[in-house]
Amino acid sequence: MDHVNIFIKAIFIENMIFAYFLGMCSYLAISKTVKSAVGLGMAVIFVLAVSVPVCYLLENYLLKPGALTWLSSDFATVDLSFLSFIMFIATIASIVQLVEMVVERYAPALYASLGIFLPLIAVNCSILGGALFMQEREYATLSEATVFGIGSGVGWFLAIVALSAIREKIRYSNIPAPLRGLGITFILTGLMAIAFMSFMGIAI
Amino acid sequence: MENETIIVPEKVKEPSEPLFSPKNKRLLFDPLSDNNPITVQVLGICSALAVTVKVKPSIVMALAVMVVCAFSNVTISFIRNLIPNRIRIIVQLTIVAAMVILVDQVLKAFVYDVSKQLSVFVGLIITNCIIMGRLEAFAMANKPWPSFIDGIGNGLGYGVILVIVSIVREVFGSGELMGYRVMPESFYAAGYFNNSLVIMPPMALIIVGIIIWIQRSRNRNLIESN
Repeated sequence: MDHVNIFIKAIFIENMIFAYFLGMCSYLAISKTVKSAVGLGMAVIFVLAVSVPVCYLLENYLLKPGALTWLSSDFATVDLSFLSFIMFIATIASIVQLVEMVVERYAPALYASLGIFLPLIAVNCSILGGALFMQEREYATLSEATVFGIGSGVGWFLAIVALSAIREKIRYSNIPAPLRGLGITFILTGLMAIAFMSFMGIAI
Repeated sequence: MENETIIVPEKVKEPSEPLFSPKNKRLLFDPLSDNNPITVQVLGICSALAVTVKVKPSIVMALAVMVVCAFSNVTISFIRNLIPNRIRIIVQLTIVAAMVILVDQVLKAFVYDVSKQLSVFVGLIITNCIIMGRLEAFAMANKPWPSFIDGIGNGLGYGVILVIVSIVREVFGSGELMGYRVMPESFYAAGYFNNSLVIMPPMALIIVGIIIWIQRSRNRNLIESN
């Protein structure tokens, strides 16, 4: 039951975009068509699902105060948590690089359709955000952290697909000229976030 | 003697471009309006919006981003010819991460309460697209001093938007500015309420949208074609 809770919470209540504004840059830049939004969303789900558990292992067996006791009891007082930013970002960058190579080798069609979005994921704040929230909330087990990673990815995916669908339609509307493009997208995202706020009171 | 007379003018020529030449001034002030990182380049929105509920944390955040942006620009600019192209993103991220760790430790040591408020967003400066964007677009191709100015300028441009948004949100959301009450008591007596919607994250987006609207109706070159 705990896992379901974490999953639902990560998708709706603690949505990466609408509650924390993470991954906003690529969310605004790559939401012009539904097709590319779906591709990027899938890639984000995958990278979050892999990198959050890996960062969880790093955090619990290397970085946390006393995490090194599995090596020898001498290390019980060692606290490496100040290294966590650099470790997490290096992990994420290398996972993204790895994913890129694997996709290029085994699914060339998907690789061609994702194009430059794949390497861009390394600097998508929602990935590092996922890792840092995982650290802050101290999930008890590896599976909880994985479920949280997948859930945040799905939330991000839903948000970008919804926005890109609206933007495809809004192209035919008569928007005041200075608001066209970026301006109206900001306001749209704001309104969508207000709608998502209705989930906030739910306690599960 | 002959040689020296040739060398001397060259030595004089080196610093002939003044530190604040018109070109460098443009690097510093363009990001404030015409080339603003948030409203025009669409960079660094991720962390900009969540920290703007109060003015104080957003000033601290803007300073942190400015410092990281300027110094990582300089560092990358010094070693730009040594970085292999294929792994440049990892190199850049590592340098930025080292800078951010420094800033984070400084914040924890001197303004602990603000650093607690900013929580994960200090760490997220690493993936702040302004920094990566400026590294890629500017520092990889320019000398250290212009890169430094470019970093400061973009940090300022980011800070300006952050401060405007946070002033609006703090004044209307909690009736205060930098923690001091600015809304007169008589307003509340007459039935005025703090608008708690402004404190909610979505309003930050709408405020930025309105800033873009105002900016683009003043400067029509920025209007996008549909």
